[in-house]
Amino acid sequence: MKVETKTAVIIGATSAIAQSVARLLAERGIRFFLVARNEVHMRSVSADLLSRGASGASLFVADLRMRDVHADIVARSIAELGKIDLVFIAHGTLPDQLLLDHDIDATLDCFMTNAVSVISLSHRYASVLEEQGSGSIVCLSSVAGERGRRSNYTYGASKSAITAFYSGLRSRLAPLGVNVLTVKPGPVDTPMTTNVAMPMKAAVGVVSADIVRAIDKRASVVYTPGVWRLIMAVVRAIPEGIFMKIKS
Amino acid sequence: MSLNTTTSWGRYPSATPHNVVDLAWPSDAGVTPSNSPMLVYGLGRSYGDVCLNDGGTVFRTDRCDRMIAFDRSSGLLRAESGLSIADLLGLVVPHGWFVPVTPGTKHVTLGGAVANDVHGKNHHRVGTFGCHVTAFELIRSDGTRNLCSRTENRELFSATIGGLGLTGLITWVEIQLMPISSRTIHEESIKVSSLAEVVRVTEESDKDWDYTVSWIDVLATGPRMGKGLVLRGRFQREADSTLSTHVAKPLLNVPIEAPSWLLSRPTIKVFNTLWYLKQIRRRQQRSIDLEKFFYPLDAVGRWNLLYGKRGMLQYQCVVPFNGGVEVLRDILTVMQGGGVSSFLAVVKKFGDMRSPGILSFPRPGLTLTLDMPNTGRRLFDALDVCDDLVVQAGGRVYAAKDARIKGRVFRAMYPEINGFLPYIDPSFSSSFWRRIQSDTQGLM
Repeated sequence: MKVETKTAVIIGATSAIAQSVARLLAERGIRFFLVARNEVHMRSVSADLLSRGASGASLFVADLRMRDVHADIVARSIAELGKIDLVFIAHGTLPDQLLLDHDIDATLDCFMTNAVSVISLSHRYASVLEEQGSGSIVCLSSVAGERGRRSNYTYGASKSAITAFYSGLRSRLAPLGVNVLTVKPGPVDTPMTTNVAMPMKAAVGVVSADIVRAIDKRASVVYTPGVWRLIMAVVRAIPEGIFMKIKS
Repeated sequence: MSLNTTTSWGRYPSATPHNVVDLAWPSDAGVTPSNSPMLVYGLGRSYGDVCLNDGGTVFRTDRCDRMIAFDRSSGLLRAESGLSIADLLGLVVPHGWFVPVTPGTKHVTLGGAVANDVHGKNHHRVGTFGCHVTAFELIRSDGTRNLCSRTENRELFSATIGGLGLTGLITWVEIQLMPISSRTIHEESIKVSSLAEVVRVTEESDKDWDYTVSWIDVLATGPRMGKGLVLRGRFQREADSTLSTHVAKPLLNVPIEAPSWLLSRPTIKVFNTLWYLKQIRRRQQRSIDLEKFFYPLDAVGRWNLLYGKRGMLQYQCVVPFNGGVEVLRDILTVMQGGGVSSFLAVVKKFGDMRSPGILSFPRPGLTLTLDMPNTGRRLFDALDVCDDLVVQAGGRVYAAKDARIKGRVFRAMYPEINGFLPYIDPSFSSSFWRRIQSDTQGLM
């Protein structure tokens, strides 16, 4: 069932995956409400989307670790867009775990960005979409949320939190006509991962095409590239005693 | 898409940068005076080492691919320098616009098209890419951001067009597009049996056709030398519904590096003969999509791997045309004597429209392009002899395709170089540039 999307809120609009998804949506003439921290970057994203066919773009500059702006973001986006067809929450950070091992503040900061702010915004938008009785809410989780690895367990735990939250939110909103989609990419070639050695980095364009297809199909969970569904089935099945000895 | 910044499309030579800066936002480009020479690497579709920077700092700009402004009624487009022509066409063709000049692959960035001042099959009509660039921004290592156009910073504008990336980092490019009513190209292919006939049919065609190019069989000798096909084409002028149709992805990809015998003299000979024989009639007409007309090789992804691990060389020269084809015949004879085998070589007549670029390659005359498997010493020697023939004829070779020319020969071909030197950014360089300098001590 393909539902026409006319308006979209993109949180973390300057992230590489968000930009790529927004471009695909822009070609459909969508009106955007964009949220990001860096105004200069966001302006160039907005000019790009308008040149590619977006029918409008309003910008909101915010540091999402500051919880008090979340209510403002939601209120402003409703004022700008009216009905909201899509909320795509794409912001996130991938800190170096070795630094976090000795830094509790940085560990909690990562959680604020990747988990707490996502849950806060999702919670608020869930009520909006629930009231509308329509729309989709999508979060960018990660395959890293399925198992805590030595090399990125804080990041993984923050993604794990939103995966579980979205799973429950899905059963709450499904009967009301609201689709809840969890996106689980494997490693993607983006500025976030450019200095991190990872196997099998996927191109951003491949991932964004998968995401838009999943939005159109009103899917629940999408692994992208698709092969990660299989890989993670294997990874989840490894007993903890063995998993903790794997250098990963 | 992990970009490999150690080789160009020819896969010869290779160079290892000291560090690679993954530039996500042109507004953040930190270009500062540096001892490690800097260079931008776009999509790596030049052939030799103009895009390489062994031991230096390489800026990747492939993420800087945003549109900045596109006026659908006037066709004026401004975009970040990492936008590829492929992506650009996907955005503008549906609105009835096309790039005024395109090289034989669409996988080049706007910045690369400016830095190499690329040309296409319509050079006789509209000149080079740089002739249609209205403005760009250039970051220099002195920290300045320079808006360059025909009226502002004119010298930097002229030095940067065809300036091989040596004048600084281009952040965005503004270009005037060309209106089209259809994606369809009317193409005629004329079978010719000698080099003289190639030139004669080309000259006739240039009067009425926007696009002309010839494919010749390099291995044909004697009076048959230069036998081949002259292709000419033009956009269909009547509007149709093709503009909104979507563009194809590569039909197939070359998955791995091929063994080097695959494209060797015997197999190339068979291929060239078959290509010539496949057209039976003297004149053949068809209507084809612009992708097929402009980018036939893009249908095969990573075709450069077919040349095996030693890679390939491309040689492109232009020589003045005074009615005769002797120089091209001499060059082809040298190539044949040197055991050089090439897939269908390309011949085209450049027009006299002058590019603003100081070091821009095209000059009025005949241009010849050959793709050759890198067979080593003998090939390099033959190409050196060709260089001498080109210099004697008052011609030049194309830096964007070069991996081996000697510095003093290059300098003889480009006397304009003295006017270019003052605009080089002292913190920018390339493997090509260091190679060119290495045997011109004291001159540059």
